[in-house]
Amino acid sequence: MNVGDELPVLEIEVTRTLIVAGAIASRDYQDVHHDPEVARQKGSPDIFMNILTTNGLVGRYITDHFGPTAVLRKVAIRLGAPNYPGDTMVLTGRIEAIDGPTAVVRVTGDNGIGRHVTGTVTLTLPAGGTSARGTS
Amino acid sequence: MDGMDRTGDDDLFARLKAYEGRPATLAGTGKDPVNLPMIRHWCEALGDTNPAYTGPGAIAPPTMLQAWTMGGLAGHTTRTPAYDELLGLLDEAGCTSVVATDCEQEYLRPLRPGDEITFDTVIESVSVRKTTKLGTGYFVTTRTRIHAGGELAGTHRFRILKYAPARRKKAPADTRPRPVVNRDNAGFWEGVQRHELLIQRCADCRTLRFPWLPGCDACGGLDWDTVRAAGDGTVHSYVVMHHPPFPAFDPPYAVGLIELVEGVRIVSNVVGVPYDKVRIGMPVRLEFRRYDDELVLPVFRGELFRGGLS
Repeated sequence: MNVGDELPVLEIEVTRTLIVAGAIASRDYQDVHHDPEVARQKGSPDIFMNILTTNGLVGRYITDHFGPTAVLRKVAIRLGAPNYPGDTMVLTGRIEAIDGPTAVVRVTGDNGIGRHVTGTVTLTLPAGGTSARGTS
Repeated sequence: MDGMDRTGDDDLFARLKAYEGRPATLAGTGKDPVNLPMIRHWCEALGDTNPAYTGPGAIAPPTMLQAWTMGGLAGHTTRTPAYDELLGLLDEAGCTSVVATDCEQEYLRPLRPGDEITFDTVIESVSVRKTTKLGTGYFVTTRTRIHAGGELAGTHRFRILKYAPARRKKAPADTRPRPVVNRDNAGFWEGVQRHELLIQRCADCRTLRFPWLPGCDACGGLDWDTVRAAGDGTVHSYVVMHHPPFPAFDPPYAVGLIELVEGVRIVSNVVGVPYDKVRIGMPVRLEFRRYDDELVLPVFRGELFRGGLS
């Protein structure tokens, strides 16, 4: 594992089911995440993914790659273009820094209308390297 | 999400600013202790198959941190008057919509089933008035410290934009945009008014050209006449417009690059078939559609393939 290494991309189909299931699993009952009619009244073309789901997907992207022994220390994200139903979000990651067992990964998630999320994840890996798939 | 307004005469900002540093939640408690069913629901929803989140030694996904503090449908009773006042001021000012923009979490120790959650939230900052694509409003940042069993387990900084939605342009914008008519293409639009689709033809080399141009791309000739299109064509290529919606357009709709039998191509709407049934090679037939008192446009009516594709 080296600074500059790119993680394999992860494509997330942004289905209506994912948006609603993610909102409810995160106990977020804001109507704009499940009620299209109200979302439109509030000026949005449709329901959109809540930030907690995006946060969870960014965490999943990292642990999918580095394996179950990786420990998330920090996740910081900023949202841009909303994730609407029917879109696809493509997550990419790049290792920005390594300090002993700690790595910092820069993550972006783009959808059909722009950049949905930018973020930085700090994680620690167990001694003796990583169990990451496809890296050494 | 940029763009800053001048703050000189923003009385509201001064009132909002006074809430910085005040608590938003005091001694909040999680509605449920950390538990396996909620963890499983989260993992199912997000497609997270990390084995660390299942089995006897399971931990909660760290990114669930905020979920344990959520009030759910019933809400929290531990929210302070200060935070409600702040939101109320914004509501009164027309900033009735909310969108979350930033989330920064630090995880100090894993949360495990059985952990009882307590938390405190402070209003960290209120931005000056900002104008964004969504509308004009204020960013409110809170910081939450989450404890489990009396021990600090994580911190969570959260930023929302509380805003007055930008008014969608309606009224005159409900009509389609007008074509730009100039000396080089006026003849084309005059033809459309008569329900004729005219293709330019070079007077020197006889090459057909579309869209209309002052000169011939093949020989450079400047003289031309026109040929009236027979009206038959096929979909050479197409896109389906879903987003963003423009006034007077009702997405989703299909935009086709139509190859006319004469050999030139024209961009237009494909009508008469559902947007998701348009296919490359689909035969189409020219027709003219009136959109309002002034505007007539050539469009192409598609014919669904019989048999085969569906």
